[in-house]
Amino acid sequence: MAGKPKLHYTKGRGKMESIRWLLAAAGVEFEEEFIETKEDLEKLRNDGVLLFQQVPMVEIDGMRMVQTRAILSYIAAKYNLYGKDLKERAWIDMYVEGTTDLMGMIMYLPFQPADTKENNLALIIERATTRYLPVYEKALKDHGQDYLVGNKLSWADVHLLEAILMVEECKPDALSAFPLLQAFKGRISNIPTIKKFLQPGSQRKPPTDEKFVAVVRKIFNI
Amino acid sequence: MSGKPRLTYLNGRGRMESIRWLLAAAGVEFEEVYLETKEQYDKLIKDGFLLFQQLPVVEIDGMKMVQTRAILSYIAGKYNLYGKDLKERALIDMYVEGISDLMQMILMFPFSPPDAKEKNLESIKERATNRYFPVFEKVLKQHGQDFLVGNKFSWADVQLMEAILAVEEKVPAVLSGFPQLQVFKTKMSNMPTIKKFLQPGSPRKPPPDAHYVETVLKIFKN
Repeated sequence: MAGKPKLHYTKGRGKMESIRWLLAAAGVEFEEEFIETKEDLEKLRNDGVLLFQQVPMVEIDGMRMVQTRAILSYIAAKYNLYGKDLKERAWIDMYVEGTTDLMGMIMYLPFQPADTKENNLALIIERATTRYLPVYEKALKDHGQDYLVGNKLSWADVHLLEAILMVEECKPDALSAFPLLQAFKGRISNIPTIKKFLQPGSQRKPPTDEKFVAVVRKIFNI
Repeated sequence: MSGKPRLTYLNGRGRMESIRWLLAAAGVEFEEVYLETKEQYDKLIKDGFLLFQQLPVVEIDGMKMVQTRAILSYIAGKYNLYGKDLKERALIDMYVEGISDLMQMILMFPFSPPDAKEKNLESIKERATNRYFPVFEKVLKQHGQDFLVGNKFSWADVQLMEAILAVEEKVPAVLSGFPQLQVFKTKMSNMPTIKKFLQPGSPRKPPPDAHYVETVLKIFKN
């Protein structure tokens, strides 16, 4: 079974979006099968194709991979986006874990109770501008190179761009104090595979709105 | 600098315990620095010691590594506990991520409000028994080998062993329906490095108690 990777998830960002980004950045075409109802999820579970009864699940290279980080690590390594040695991989992992924490906060925001949204949004902005973005700004400043690790495009760069765009959706001028990240954003957005992914009609999913929150709640019973 | 990895954390399990387990299983001696006050933690942050202002931090091979998963992946890679190729690594990652989700429930348990403790304990028991342990029972049964992946000791085995013992502390008879896991537990306990780690006087930390919870709340209070 050669074939394209096949992604199983809802028709929204959630935990699958980083996987879409990475495959797209690597120039890998992929198919998607969308879970639209509770019954769709139940069927996957009953068919025994979800190792821990959860999605994301990606059919790739004869495996039914689950667990977002495992899937991303596999794709990164397979498509040479994981550095040249153990130490570069360590830095990529550290950077990616940071952007994962930040994007995780943003991902859950639409699911928070309405009366906590304002505070949670403020916390996201605070964390972005005082904890996370400064780290990446400094990394770029310290080595003066175009990419975060090893002077070469890696998973860390793709993940950071995804995070920057998500933060900007929360606060459009979030990068105002980060000139190197602004340049980074421009540069990475212009990489042909990524530029293509950022255009309308790609498999990139829109931000989660209230209507989609209701769909997700129903499917996952949350 | 002795050359041994140096771990900085609280004197308790938390997110550092998996790192202690993996280093110990790999036969790597390490040093520990324990934080007891908020002032010590604030100083680390002020000194720029913590990339994202968070613990754990492990000084290893000239790096100040943060983010638990990044640290564990590095140790696994360095000490040949990460499989022989990309596909074995994918399996190890999937297994470890699943177990991490279970361990996360245990990690958070001491911080549940008193009226939620019973429900949370029930959730841990349910997830261990219905979602996680059956997967590993089946894996071991299907290949009949001693170790989860590639017929060789790996990070996945260490993580599973840690999880089994952690769940048993809360649900003593949890392995009663899992004969393969019982055998696995015995085999792991008898591996020299793990046997040593399970003996009194090792760096292994006791289960969290009220004092530990108090220290965590005090140090990480925002």
